Amino acid sequence: MNRNNNSLKVFAYSYLLFLFAPVLLLPIFAFNDSTIISFPLNSFTFKWFAGLTQETYLQESLKNSLFVAISSSILSTCLGILASRASARYEFFGKKSILSFLILPLFLPEIIIGVALLIVLMQLGLPLSLWTVILGHTLVCTPFSIAILNSAFANMDMSLEEASLDLGETRFGTFKRVILPLITPGLISSLLIGFTISLDEFIIAFFLTGTETTLPVYIWGQLRFPAKLPGVMALGFLMLLLSLILISLFEYFRRRINRTTDEQANVQFGNLFKT
Amino acid sequence: MTDKLKTMSNKYIVELNGVVKHFGEIVALDGVSAQIREGEFFSLLGPSGCGKTTLLRLIAGFEQPTKGNISIDGTQMHGVEANERPTNMVFQSYAIFPHLNVEENVGYGLKRLNLGKVETTRRVDEMLNLVDLANYNKRPAHALSGGQRQRVALARSLIMKPKVLLLDEPLSSLDKNLREQMQVELRHLQRTVGITFILVTHDQEEALTMSDRTAVMFDGQIVQIATPQEIYSRPKSKRVASFIGVMNFIEGKLLKDSDQNTTLDAGILGNVKVNQEQMPVPLDSGPVTIGIRPEMLTLLFEEQDRMEFEISGEILESAYFGDMTYYTVQVPGLNSSLTISMRNTAGRRVLEDGESARVGWEAESLVILNKSEL
Repeated sequence: MNRNNNSLKVFAYSYLLFLFAPVLLLPIFAFNDSTIISFPLNSFTFKWFAGLTQETYLQESLKNSLFVAISSSILSTCLGILASRASARYEFFGKKSILSFLILPLFLPEIIIGVALLIVLMQLGLPLSLWTVILGHTLVCTPFSIAILNSAFANMDMSLEEASLDLGETRFGTFKRVILPLITPGLISSLLIGFTISLDEFIIAFFLTGTETTLPVYIWGQLRFPAKLPGVMALGFLMLLLSLILISLFEYFRRRINRTTDEQANVQFGNLFKT
Repeated sequence: MTDKLKTMSNKYIVELNGVVKHFGEIVALDGVSAQIREGEFFSLLGPSGCGKTTLLRLIAGFEQPTKGNISIDGTQMHGVEANERPTNMVFQSYAIFPHLNVEENVGYGLKRLNLGKVETTRRVDEMLNLVDLANYNKRPAHALSGGQRQRVALARSLIMKPKVLLLDEPLSSLDKNLREQMQVELRHLQRTVGITFILVTHDQEEALTMSDRTAVMFDGQIVQIATPQEIYSRPKSKRVASFIGVMNFIEGKLLKDSDQNTTLDAGILGNVKVNQEQMPVPLDSGPVTIGIRPEMLTLLFEEQDRMEFEISGEILESAYFGDMTYYTVQVPGLNSSLTISMRNTAGRRVLEDGESARVGWEAESLVILNKSEL
């Protein structure tokens, strides 16, 4: 029994090592004073980080990436609000199949989406630009937004909305004063996850980008120049930090949704006996 | 709080006229008509799925009737949205806004009236006083108990000075003691503010203790509208009788000589002279069902106890409830046993199972009902 436990432990730790060891190399080489990415390490340096500030092309692509990430996270969150509200509030024909279709991009290989979108855009004669990247990213982010917001909406007691209307508030006022504050944690989660996904999405961006590139596409381009590699490592380290911060924030707000839900669950206990 | 109680007027505040509501194939309401007086405490009583909540939601404006019309204070409500109706609702879940505190919840509807901060605060405080929640202003919604939530929901609705307050099973999620206390308080509050209350409930005791009038609903229809006393003592059908408390049913035959003089052949119970009042629905000669409440039957404990009518039987079972004892008594010649309730007075013993007993009753406590109708 004990032996069995130990082998499980070994398995678990080696699994974690396999998963995260490559990621740990990023900070190691980001601070290593050598252009060659190999052991043994040289002295500690900040010069690769300092060097990043000199790269105008990098800064340009960072700006593009932020623009794309912000736009597509906002767009997908807006679409997510519409879809999940419709699913929580209304019954209509084909509701289940429509929702499954909306979630589908989650399971499609991104390369398929990328190629398909490229063909459509070519047929339409639309020029490739950051806007086409935003379009592609919105498509892959929307399922996540729907999944997150669905739980935020589904857990909201519908009588809250009715109570607001009943007290003389308009539908728009009800949305502003009741619905919006209650789904805010979900809203922020959705924005954060959309932002994170879009920021490091490569395949779709690679297919749909025009002359202006996003950060992952820029990094991919830099890999051809061995001298730029340590700089890429430094950049990668910064992106890793940003992702960690965003995911922690996302987790924080996701738990907030569950917490408010628990409170409501107590109140709604009486609903079990509703006639 | 003033203790001057207001009474109802003769003016109709809510008029329902042949209201029909379909949800797809399902008929939730099947032609409901009723008139509710201004200042009245009116209750809609019925089992689950009888359409009472649907009716309340139609009055509130959350649903539109398929057919028929509703008018409130003389105005047709067709096409009028919930936020423009002079009604307010206390929801079964109370629907307290979880992101707002007590004061913000209660003042929610005032915001659109632009009263200014001073006046809003004054009115909120006044309402909180009325529902006994003074100084709870800043308490967050999640820190409130069930009873407090209910008071907040009441205050939030009453502050709007509605012409009609709608209450959807407001006491169902409270525990028994609190529920009984709130029944009394709710009744008192209604008399204090003088606003028409329409209460939906499946609890017959709640309807009986609080309302001026009660409408009993089955299968999307109102089967009887009357005062609690009348519904209890003169139910219109067997179904109403058994929904409101317990009723013993005995088969009998009506023999009509003239309008004034009617004899009831109650089989083993003998022949009884009855009057029109004992028939909530006019009946012709023929087979009928006779109803009698458990407390209208008396077990005659002492030899010398005498009543107008007596039969003898045997105790099958007894159930002791503290203040009352319920007996099931088998009477030879009757198809079903009788349920009899007796108050446990000092020195009165509880009869044993199998003991023989004399049962006494009076002619006027019988109700005569249509045999074929439910």
